Amino acid sequence: MKFAWLDFSSKTSEVPGGMAYHSFLLEPITCHAWNKDRSQIALCPNNHDVHIYKKDGAKWTKVQELKEHNGQVTGIDWAPDSNRIVTCGTDRNAYVWTLKGAQWKPTLVILRINRAARCVKWSPKENKFAVGSGSRLISICYFEQENDWWVCKHIKKPIRSTVLSLDWHPNNVLLAAGSCDFKCRIFSAYIKEVEEKPGPTSWGSKMPFGEMLFESSSTTGWVHSVSFSGSGNRVAWTAHDSMIAVADGEKTATISSFVSDSLPLLCVTFITENSLVAAGHDCYPALFVYDAGKGSIAFGGKLDVPKQSAQRGVSARERFQNMDKKATSEREEATLDTLHKNSISQVSILEGGKSKCTKFCTTGMDGGMAIWEIKTLESALKNLKIA
Amino acid sequence: MSKNTVSDRFRKVDVDEYDENKFVDEEDGGENQSGPDEAEVDSLIRQGNLMGALQAVLKNPPINTKNQNVKDRAEVLVLKVLSSFKSSDIEKAVQALDKNGVDLLMKYIYKGFERPSENSSAILLQWHEKALSAGGVGSIVRVLTARRTV
Repeated sequence: MKFAWLDFSSKTSEVPGGMAYHSFLLEPITCHAWNKDRSQIALCPNNHDVHIYKKDGAKWTKVQELKEHNGQVTGIDWAPDSNRIVTCGTDRNAYVWTLKGAQWKPTLVILRINRAARCVKWSPKENKFAVGSGSRLISICYFEQENDWWVCKHIKKPIRSTVLSLDWHPNNVLLAAGSCDFKCRIFSAYIKEVEEKPGPTSWGSKMPFGEMLFESSSTTGWVHSVSFSGSGNRVAWTAHDSMIAVADGEKTATISSFVSDSLPLLCVTFITENSLVAAGHDCYPALFVYDAGKGSIAFGGKLDVPKQSAQRGVSARERFQNMDKKATSEREEATLDTLHKNSISQVSILEGGKSKCTKFCTTGMDGGMAIWEIKTLESALKNLKIA
Repeated sequence: MSKNTVSDRFRKVDVDEYDENKFVDEEDGGENQSGPDEAEVDSLIRQGNLMGALQAVLKNPPINTKNQNVKDRAEVLVLKVLSSFKSSDIEKAVQALDKNGVDLLMKYIYKGFERPSENSSAILLQWHEKALSAGGVGSIVRVLTARRTV
């Protein structure tokens, strides 16, 4: 039901620390992608469409609605150089959108899957993209010049459940995949029609299409998110059993994991070769630092600057009531003091790349988008060490 | 009205068992897991060394075995140890556990909630509060997501 009297225009608020939070929607932002110069953002407002917003000073104005999918759009990726957008959805389809004048025009890509598509990523050279789906396989799509048509090849074995997340290695061939069968794997997505044979990497030297070069030992949780480091020598993943892990290709793929005492993390990305930013159901981004020498991961701190809540005395009556209701006499906050008011589902790098990130962005189920500046965080939060 | 004269046993077939794509967990070979040593734990309780008894009862958890008896015996033993503690000593005991120990304790606590007896829930709740402050909600998440548990 649409309530026309509700104001859906985006609201920006200035928050302490110079970070910006934009409330785009009252619904969750399912997924988002930025264009090359970060002046435009494409996002799915929890329906079958993709909305493109353009930065207009301090505001964001909607410039176009891409309507083609028949099901929720679960993944969006915007190729920075070729300026093409790829979207995938629960309607089992993917579309590649190209700009014709001022309009984005879709081209259907046949994925040959019989379940919902869940995630999509352009390869670094933008000549291929990978789609993870509930069909327990990954579709690697590339453009066939002779037929003027996108074709795809499948990576199936040994994936045994839905592929939730994907990330490409900088060599344009290796692909990390996180799946609901509790494993993070690295596959080769080498397509001889569009590229030369790749040189050896720290994960292996033989990379025929579909070859699995790495498989994690079981966590007991669905792998929500995977990320290669800037060099491609490390891969990190987060799982639903509140674990975050890193596998180091330069150390015979040994795995270091961190058992967290907070709620599961839904998204992760490297911001330097050693540091990770991850966020999830606790509604704040957190820093994790990988120590290659010790082979361990340490929690680096909460990256959210809490508002100063008004300190109020607790009356004796309140204490007694709390003791009766909640078996504790402390006054508990019923409101979240984090920037995001609901789970953060996606994190993306805005500036600096994965090796020297200076700015990153998070979107979540509260319909808001927050932009975080590393320099501001470092000065606002003492003891924050980004290695 | 006509009467159904053909057998309807086919309606009770579990079709998911015959799905060839059904996810099967890896076998972890837990046949030799016998659970914590009852004799050792009992003697430690009798000596009054409750901290030692807790450490001992959290050893060899019967996680991978399919033998329900072993699991039940382990749970009863753990409950015995937890009940012998004075309320004021619970916090110290939990602090002495490492991360895996806290996770395992949480698993036993929730298993204990499943089959409440006389005073068990009250005691378990006290332990739950202390284990929660040590392991956070993450330890509870791991109880929920564990494929194989005590």
